[in-house]
Amino acid sequence: MLSRTADNIYWLTRYVERADCLARILDVAQRLSYLPVTYGGSTNEWSSVVLTAGCADQFVEKYGSLDQASEENVVSFIALDPENPTSIRNCFEVARTNARSVRTALTSEMWDAINSSWIELRGFPDRAMTRDELTRFLAFVKETSLRFDGAMHRTMLRNDAFWFARTGTHMERADNTARILDVKYHVLLPEKEKVGGPLDYFQWASILRSVSALTAFHWVYRDSVKPWLVADLLILNRAMPRSLASCYEALTTSLDDIADAYGRQGPAQRLARTIRGRLTNQTIDDVFHTGLHEFISNFISDNNKLGAEITEQYLT
Amino acid sequence: MRRIFDEMTGEDGTVRPAYEALSEWLSKVPQEVLNQRRKEAEFIFRRIGITFAVYGEQNSQERLIPFDIVPRIITNEEWTGLSRGLEQRVKALNLYIKDVYSKRDVLRAGIIPEDLVYKNPAFRPEMNGQRVPHDLYVHIAGIDIVRTDPDTFYVLEDNARTPSGVSYMLENREIMLRLFPELFSLNKVAPVDKYADDLLATLRSLSPRGGSEPNVAILTPGIYNSAYYEHSFLADKLGVDLVEGRDLFVKDNIVFMRTTEGPKRVDVIYRRLDDDFLDPLAFRSDSVLGVPGLMSAYQAGNVTLTNAVGTGVADDKAVYSYMPDIIRFYLGEEPLLPNVPTWRCREPEHLKYVLDHLEELVVKEVHGSGGYGMLVGPKADKAQIEVFRAKLKHDPDNFIAQPTLALSTCPTLVEEGVAPRHVDLRPFILSGSDRVRIVPGGLTRVAMKEGSLVVNSSQGGGTKDTWVLDA
Repeated sequence: MLSRTADNIYWLTRYVERADCLARILDVAQRLSYLPVTYGGSTNEWSSVVLTAGCADQFVEKYGSLDQASEENVVSFIALDPENPTSIRNCFEVARTNARSVRTALTSEMWDAINSSWIELRGFPDRAMTRDELTRFLAFVKETSLRFDGAMHRTMLRNDAFWFARTGTHMERADNTARILDVKYHVLLPEKEKVGGPLDYFQWASILRSVSALTAFHWVYRDSVKPWLVADLLILNRAMPRSLASCYEALTTSLDDIADAYGRQGPAQRLARTIRGRLTNQTIDDVFHTGLHEFISNFISDNNKLGAEITEQYLT
Repeated sequence: MRRIFDEMTGEDGTVRPAYEALSEWLSKVPQEVLNQRRKEAEFIFRRIGITFAVYGEQNSQERLIPFDIVPRIITNEEWTGLSRGLEQRVKALNLYIKDVYSKRDVLRAGIIPEDLVYKNPAFRPEMNGQRVPHDLYVHIAGIDIVRTDPDTFYVLEDNARTPSGVSYMLENREIMLRLFPELFSLNKVAPVDKYADDLLATLRSLSPRGGSEPNVAILTPGIYNSAYYEHSFLADKLGVDLVEGRDLFVKDNIVFMRTTEGPKRVDVIYRRLDDDFLDPLAFRSDSVLGVPGLMSAYQAGNVTLTNAVGTGVADDKAVYSYMPDIIRFYLGEEPLLPNVPTWRCREPEHLKYVLDHLEELVVKEVHGSGGYGMLVGPKADKAQIEVFRAKLKHDPDNFIAQPTLALSTCPTLVEEGVAPRHVDLRPFILSGSDRVRIVPGGLTRVAMKEGSLVVNSSQGGGTKDTWVLDA
């Protein structure tokens, strides 16, 4: 297929995934902000949203400093601000532009999912949204990614277009999970102070919620929420679809499918396997031993390297 | 002026046989139901993204072309006559272009004035003596037809460059089948969905390389082009790649596309890009849409471009006026489809007549299209007429004039109900190495405003599904 087509598909699914992730992060922040401070409601929750979303620089440029990260500012900046290149609105814009450029490679159901959401998006206000509106908006965004993924899985031929789409989704998902962990790693670090107070619980639960894994946690560990288990679930647990290990399992599979179809393995496949190896051959104790922060930073940088390899090998 | 011919109720108000079932159906279905269906159609169009961009309009990047749900009906007999005339016309166009770029018999015989060729901005000296596969230049033509009475179809325009609209022909039918299945059980309508197959077969037949399966691609200027939807639609229906200039490159006079598996050779390019933008090395050097070296690969015979480069030399409105002579000259036949009588303002006597009758005539720029830059005399005010008078005197060569035709009307759903509106027809004629293919019907365009004769989508015109009834 055309390199440009593959590139468009890859970024299309990345942006859909990113929009979904941003919506979840906002959702969680909103929940935490309802909480009384004694239960973990915190005053810096909204600035941590900006950090997690990876758009701190743009935010500071617009508002002067992170101190301005009020609920109102952050919500309007992340959700609908046309000036923020990675606002949810812009994710949809880019996704639709990409989809339009490669309509021939999408099924009509996939196009419909993107295009009708794009049309619906125009019904949301440009101004700061009320909480009701925000709730409705976030539900709409999550719905869109579900529809899109569903359409993709139900209707797309299992060929290179599909594998590039999957690759985009999992690259973005791995990056997002890692970012959430990176911003929140301090709440996961084993502390000397007593573990299990209400503050910690809500913070940990919020991490799980942001990747919609709270229920999964209980199923997997049959235990109360503990920080190292949260880290284990999101980093190493292959059964958890948003974990780094699971993303890399999917990535190596998709990249191998592409390599099989084209009859040639390349640097992208090798790097993906190496990273996957690092995720499968460790225990969570090893991770904490090296330092959670270092581990995650290394992962984010490895993930970016893989992105560069994929681009080099296929998309240009 | 004569009474206007309505294709449903004829000249005297009695329903013509082809329209009987439709007319009866229309009289039974309540207006609200029709309105409801029209809204559904619009919703579907918007969802599918069948939109187009209007140049020069801000903030309306993507608009819908109004779709009228009342079909236009043509009998099998009428169609048979039309399609024979269209085939004849396209054959003559191809022979004329071949001649213009080779021996120029037509000039020596004095049929066409030389400057209409040499001074024509669409004339491409690069094509002189250039052989093209099977001597075919216009592989995809869209010939605009208008009707004035039961027996007369005129050719209004020959579009021999990159005619658009065929996606509407196909999508209109799909939507009609979805919205009005009952109507299709009342009428035997010839299907149009074979167009994609026909187009692919035509394109493949033009490959410069024998043997292996030809690699066909559609070249688009990109998503900001007004007809982008159509480009992607066709690529999808044909199952070929939709490429932009940056997806292609030329090495050793061979065209390749950049794929995830490395370079892949391209044999046939259905380009929806004007000559000017094809190759910055050969034509406009500021074109970022084209492919450097494409023209030399084309001249080396390693790739086929459809339509060929330089076909514009045959489809401006001045050359149009000579088409009947062109048909006689190359085919030795009388034209089966008449031209609209045309005054060439380049000729002093014609100019005088036109200046004296501006209020009655339609004046068009020789190289204009899309309904831009024209004067419709009977609809224009004094000031507009004077503007055109000045333009005509200043540059008569640039204009032709035609009588204001009493274009036929078809029943159309508008605010007030079902009312007659003027229509034209653009059938699409495919010329491959093996044969000419024409899907029955074409795109009917309709002027949605009462009395308006301008059907162009850029001027608010709409479209209809066109039915050719099976015998």
